Amino acid sequence: MNILKFIESFTNEGVIQSLQSKGSRRDSLSQFGKIGTNTALAAVPLVSMFFTQKANATSSAFLASAADTPISALQLALTLEYLEDDFYQMALDTNGLIPDAEKDIIAQISQHEAAHVSFLMGALGADAPAKPEFDFTANGTFDTFDNYQTFLALSQAFEDTGVRAYKGQAANLMSNGDLLTAALQIHSVEARHASMIRRMRNQKGWIVGNSIGTLPDIAAVHKIYDGEENTIQGGYNTTTAQATNGPALSGTGATESFDEPISGALASEIASVFFAV
Amino acid sequence: MKKTKVEVREVATGLASRRSFLKISGLTLAGTGLLLAGCSDDDDATGTNPDPNMLPGIVNGTFDLGGGDAGILTYAYALEQLEADFYTRVVNSNTFGATFNAEEQSVLTDLYRHEVIHREFFKAALTGALANTEGVVLPNLEFSYDSVNFSDRLSVLKTARALEDTGVSAYNGAGRYITNPDYLLIAGKIVSVEARHASAIRDLLNPGSADFAGNDVVDANGLDKAQKPSQIIPVVSSLDFIQTAFTAMYLP
Repeated sequence: MNILKFIESFTNEGVIQSLQSKGSRRDSLSQFGKIGTNTALAAVPLVSMFFTQKANATSSAFLASAADTPISALQLALTLEYLEDDFYQMALDTNGLIPDAEKDIIAQISQHEAAHVSFLMGALGADAPAKPEFDFTANGTFDTFDNYQTFLALSQAFEDTGVRAYKGQAANLMSNGDLLTAALQIHSVEARHASMIRRMRNQKGWIVGNSIGTLPDIAAVHKIYDGEENTIQGGYNTTTAQATNGPALSGTGATESFDEPISGALASEIASVFFAV
Repeated sequence: MKKTKVEVREVATGLASRRSFLKISGLTLAGTGLLLAGCSDDDDATGTNPDPNMLPGIVNGTFDLGGGDAGILTYAYALEQLEADFYTRVVNSNTFGATFNAEEQSVLTDLYRHEVIHREFFKAALTGALANTEGVVLPNLEFSYDSVNFSDRLSVLKTARALEDTGVSAYNGAGRYITNPDYLLIAGKIVSVEARHASAIRDLLNPGSADFAGNDVVDANGLDKAQKPSQIIPVVSSLDFIQTAFTAMYLP
């Protein structure tokens, strides 16, 4: 998939602003320790070599084609956690971006994402991919670290995507009970994050149909929520549920009550929008 | 296990003495809600005799959740029955509007809808899964909430928090015991919603804080809790909300 075409599909005027120069992101990145110092990178098996290049459409396609194994599941997870970890660290490092009243929340999320990176690197050992270089402005499309509302919008996108991505990998982890359990334990934390960020943006904590709410109305964002309108769960139609002794269930509960998975390929595609070009 | 008419009542003491059994096995029960008992002579406690082949149904006069995937589904159904019933009481209370502001009413009403849908989903799923077997769908459990004041905002929200966090831990801990990937996916679809609930309730209790995903539930690795059925069931039992006795002899 041609990443430039992908970015050209962004047409929402509200988010396309010229990027205020903040110095190069590479300079910013070097502040964030832990890059490439982990012993997991000392031995670099063939599969990891694909990730040590600057991430681009080729490597994201590789991610998408990975086998449905526990290792590939965790490699996808780690890549998403790298993204979130960098994203929140940069935000916390950007003076004046996060209002004081919300710093504790963002700091807690950031702490968790960093912990997830460490945990998954430990679990993967030599199979841990290197961290891609990220560009959270998507080559100038988003004023991510200049505009708190943009930052929060992307945060919601990342968290809701992460929940769906972990869910999509659960079956690939069934052969290893410990790893499956850990993945479930991370997945529910991402869901706590998603709920909090959504509510900070005056949305419900749960996903309503396939609605993108107040996120930018662009194709990439719709990909995050397409499928969430599903009302058939294991053959059961959730719209037919009846209240037995309380108020009628009419409303959006039928889709809100179940979250949906996404494939590794789609998760990779969404993440790759934010790989540096 | 024979298909019997479902008559759910307090456990008849098929054991010589229920109290002495509990002392022997070291189990403690805060309330009368649940009996955790092995039915073999060597005093197996719950969790030590998992059996994936046991279907849910009456054993010695008490409903047992069963083992294997059907047992996990039944266990989930029991927990969803509890949550659905609790939130039904919350939204039905004639002080609901006075106790909670508009946002809180909206959240609690959504939680009511979601948990009722979860409950009805499991009822349908188990009805289908147990058709043409000797397994029995868990009947409607009875509940009471003596320790909850439905006119007290904190009492309701703290109870909601406990139920949601427990639900997250229960689903996270049960996942590894599910053998059918379709059921695992369903459990995954539900647990993230329970975690969204937990986050919202915790934020209502302490707005603007880190409590939505606090260090009391998320550990240093960034992992939420995960407990197996034999760990969760005593916790739920100690709340003393479920008044119908059941056993879980064949779940891990």
